Amino acid sequence: MNARSLAALNVGDRIPSLTTEPITRLTLALYAGASGDHNPIHVDSDFARAAGVGDVFAHGMLSMAYLGRLLTNALPQEAIREFSVRFVAITHVGDAVTCEGVVTEKFERAGEPCARMQLTATTQRGVVTLRGEAIVALA
Amino acid sequence: MIDTSLIGWKSGPTTVEVEKGRLRFFAKAIGETNPIYIDESVAQAAGYRSLPIPPTFLFCMEVENASAYRFLDVAGINIGRILHGEQSFRYHHTVCAGDHITFETTISDIYSRKGGALEFFVQDITATNQDGVLVGELRNVVVVRDPAHAEEASR
Repeated sequence: MNARSLAALNVGDRIPSLTTEPITRLTLALYAGASGDHNPIHVDSDFARAAGVGDVFAHGMLSMAYLGRLLTNALPQEAIREFSVRFVAITHVGDAVTCEGVVTEKFERAGEPCARMQLTATTQRGVVTLRGEAIVALA
Repeated sequence: MIDTSLIGWKSGPTTVEVEKGRLRFFAKAIGETNPIYIDESVAQAAGYRSLPIPPTFLFCMEVENASAYRFLDVAGINIGRILHGEQSFRYHHTVCAGDHITFETTISDIYSRKGGALEFFVQDITATNQDGVLVGELRNVVVVRDPAHAEEASR
């Protein structure tokens, strides 16, 4: 999306969605290493069982990174002013994550035309795992 | 019992260098294939000094730096009891490979919900580059499940 089509974004417009491959234990191992988040609950099933959660589960930030890809696939990264999420459900091994974004508001802030986008990450079972929003500059 | 005395606690500054190899590894880990994030010549042709960091990577630099987890030791919380509740970023300037980013974390709030079954730690983090420019701000909310248990387990 170039600057011109960015400016043409309207309330209700959806940016192209993104669906990942199912998350594997390898996905989690790679993400743990690359992200620097070495919390064993995401990669060590013995630790996860002892902590009472049954099995390892995905880093919330992995799904936020997928939402980041959703945004940067659609618009220049420099246009992103704010990006926030709430982690509302756990993402499990085997889940494929679908990321979606829709424009909910257009407004001006400090003289800059902006759009607010509502973001969701949803598993193939229909469970919403992340709810968030981004504020992007339309100039 | 929730201990709010840590509100205002600061991690102290720590500095992390943005490394190209780490950015390529991160791109692989999140399934990012846009060459801007992988191939420095493509990034430079697009006007970047080097590989730009993807939108969530400031968190990764900060967490590797361990300041996000340091309060767990201070508060005596077992890492197996925490969940990430919320995360937000405000972006001010682009960060690229080669930059040195200094993070400073402040615990800005601590509160409990569900009759003390969940405790929330709110951390505000600033990211400043080698020129002293504020490049981004992060806020993360860490949730501690069953805090009484969490403290026992860590002892």
